[in-house]
Amino acid sequence: MIEVERLTIGYGERVVLERLDFTIARGQVFAILGGSGCGKSTLLRHLIGLEAPMGGAIRIAGAPPVQEAGPPAYGVLFQSGALFGSMTLAENVALPLRTWTTLDPQAVDTIVRAKLRLVGLEGFENHLPAEISGGMKKRAGIARALALDPPLLFLDEPSAGLDPVSSVELDQLLLTLNRSLGMTTVIVTHELQSIFAVADACIMLDRGARGIIARGHPAELRDHSGDARVRAFFNRLPSAT
Amino acid sequence: MEGADTSGFRVERIDLAGGRSALRFVGELRFRECFDAWGRVRELLAPAPPRLELDVSGLEGMDGGATALLLELRSEAAAAGSDAAIVGAAGRVQSMLELYGGHPRRPSLLAPPATIGILEQIGQETRSLLNESNALDFVGDTLLAGAQAARRPGRVNWRAVPRLMERAGADGIPIVLMINFLVGLVTGFQAALQLEQFGANIFVADLVGLSVTRELAPLMTAIIIAGRSGAAFSAEIGTMRVSEEIDALRTLGLDPFHFLVFPRVLALTLVAPLLTILADVIGILGGLLVAMFSLDLTFHAYLAETEKALDLFDVFSGILKSAVFGLNVALIACQRGLATRGGAEGVGRATTSAVVTSLFAIVVVDAIFTVIFHAFGR
Ligand SMILES: Nc1ncnc2c1ncn2[C@@H]1O[C@H](COP(=O)(O)OP(=O)(O)OP(=O)(O)O)[C@@H](O)[C@H]1O
Ligand SMILES: [Mg+2]
Repeated sequence: MIEVERLTIGYGERVVLERLDFTIARGQVFAILGGSGCGKSTLLRHLIGLEAPMGGAIRIAGAPPVQEAGPPAYGVLFQSGALFGSMTLAENVALPLRTWTTLDPQAVDTIVRAKLRLVGLEGFENHLPAEISGGMKKRAGIARALALDPPLLFLDEPSAGLDPVSSVELDQLLLTLNRSLGMTTVIVTHELQSIFAVADACIMLDRGARGIIARGHPAELRDHSGDARVRAFFNRLPSAT
Repeated sequence: MEGADTSGFRVERIDLAGGRSALRFVGELRFRECFDAWGRVRELLAPAPPRLELDVSGLEGMDGGATALLLELRSEAAAAGSDAAIVGAAGRVQSMLELYGGHPRRPSLLAPPATIGILEQIGQETRSLLNESNALDFVGDTLLAGAQAARRPGRVNWRAVPRLMERAGADGIPIVLMINFLVGLVTGFQAALQLEQFGANIFVADLVGLSVTRELAPLMTAIIIAGRSGAAFSAEIGTMRVSEEIDALRTLGLDPFHFLVFPRVLALTLVAPLLTILADVIGILGGLLVAMFSLDLTFHAYLAETEKALDLFDVFSGILKSAVFGLNVALIACQRGLATRGGAEGVGRATTSAVVTSLFAIVVVDAIFTVIFHAFGR
């Protein structure tokens, strides 16, 4: 589904990650791990075509990702949520539906409510983003990303700021969507529990190495990695660097 | 034996045999108190001994800032050629030293932002006002998006236009009326002072009518629009930019030009002429008031003279001009908004720049119109 070849990314002159190679299979839940500031969000912004790579190539279903006007091929949750501040939660979720479907307003409303219920925000339809908490913004962002039932979903730290119960519920939601709709999911996360619960495969990035230091099934990485940084991550140890 | 004595803590330098020296700290090291005296403590490092011990065994406690200063003192001594070590740490002092000293030093990834002098800043601002390369990109993007919109007009968020017109137009009416009334009044008064000397009172109507409809009303209205709507648009779009809302729009397949820029451009292009018509009327009314109360002209005489002085072209040239002013303000404000970088400060910069550039553009466009009209003999 997604192929990344010798990808080098950064801002201006500064390289953040270089020569990345990985593929994400259709229907997979793929986790991108790594310490704070190692470039996970940057990688995600490139995967969805918001930034142009410094080198290498990205192909999603065979074509380079480009953001142009047209029905979106994937749903995205930004790390900040990025809800439209002047619209209520319901309007936020309804926007892609109103733009890209010909459903009548009542049908849109039904779907919007269902999506908000899915992330536990029933009753908050008419709140503005400024009137809800950080974790709720994240969940509303997920509802918006799911609005069009995209075949591919990108989530930047969906469970950051969520309590353990909501976090487990979110994992369940992602698993169900993945298993029943075959939704390919790329997820940036630090939550060990989520990783083991949902991820089929993962890569681990490192700021010092400016690249991938480990890849595979999360359990393999936890149990069989020779790399001290990987072991430190999975065993919640303070790192030496 | 020398020493530095301050409130809360004491330091003394003890020079021992064999090139060994010790700085002995006693008491509580709190950075707020020891900071004043720190210069004196650093003076104790000189002359640099071959071996230096920073003896902290006498310390009862030490806070975070003080720990950082102490570690820096060790580095300084090492840089000056001493073999420096912190000795005698125990308990809380020991754990603070481990906490702060445990991380290896790394160089800054970026150079600190350069501080620039006021003259350089003036130079930079002037240059950025004149050379707007990304403004050209914007013009290109606008044309491209405009071509797409012409093919698929349904893509543009026309539904936002009435609301935007209300905000830019209806909400702006009181201030437009007030300012243009005063402008008409002042113009009338200045004209009256001069014309009275020649007994040419009635020509106040000509002067006010012409200057208000041709220049003053469009110009003042455009300035108000730049200050109100131009600033609002760039702040709004700039905030959306820095909070990733523009990126989110794009991931939903919505073009920021279709969704944000075109509705605003249309709204201001429509609203500016409407406000200018109101401004024309109220400006002439201002002149009328002066004529009636200080020149003893009658209401009818004044209006009849105004009608004689103005032809349709005077009024329409002003209104046409104002539409172009509105278009300009909207385009500049949206461009500055979309080009916003950084956080809250970036939004502030974008807003300032939108207003300043709009005012500049308004005056330039006005001059161009004057030249063109002149060429056609009007
Ligand atoms: N807009 C930007 N301009 C320049 N450099 C940036 C920008 N955004 C991020 N960076 C740099 O890119 C690097 C990676 O940032 P990124 O946000 O991708 O990290 P991350 O892995 O998502 O971290 P976190 O887990 O904290 O979200 C950081 O070192 C940061 O300094
Ligand atoms: Mg991030």
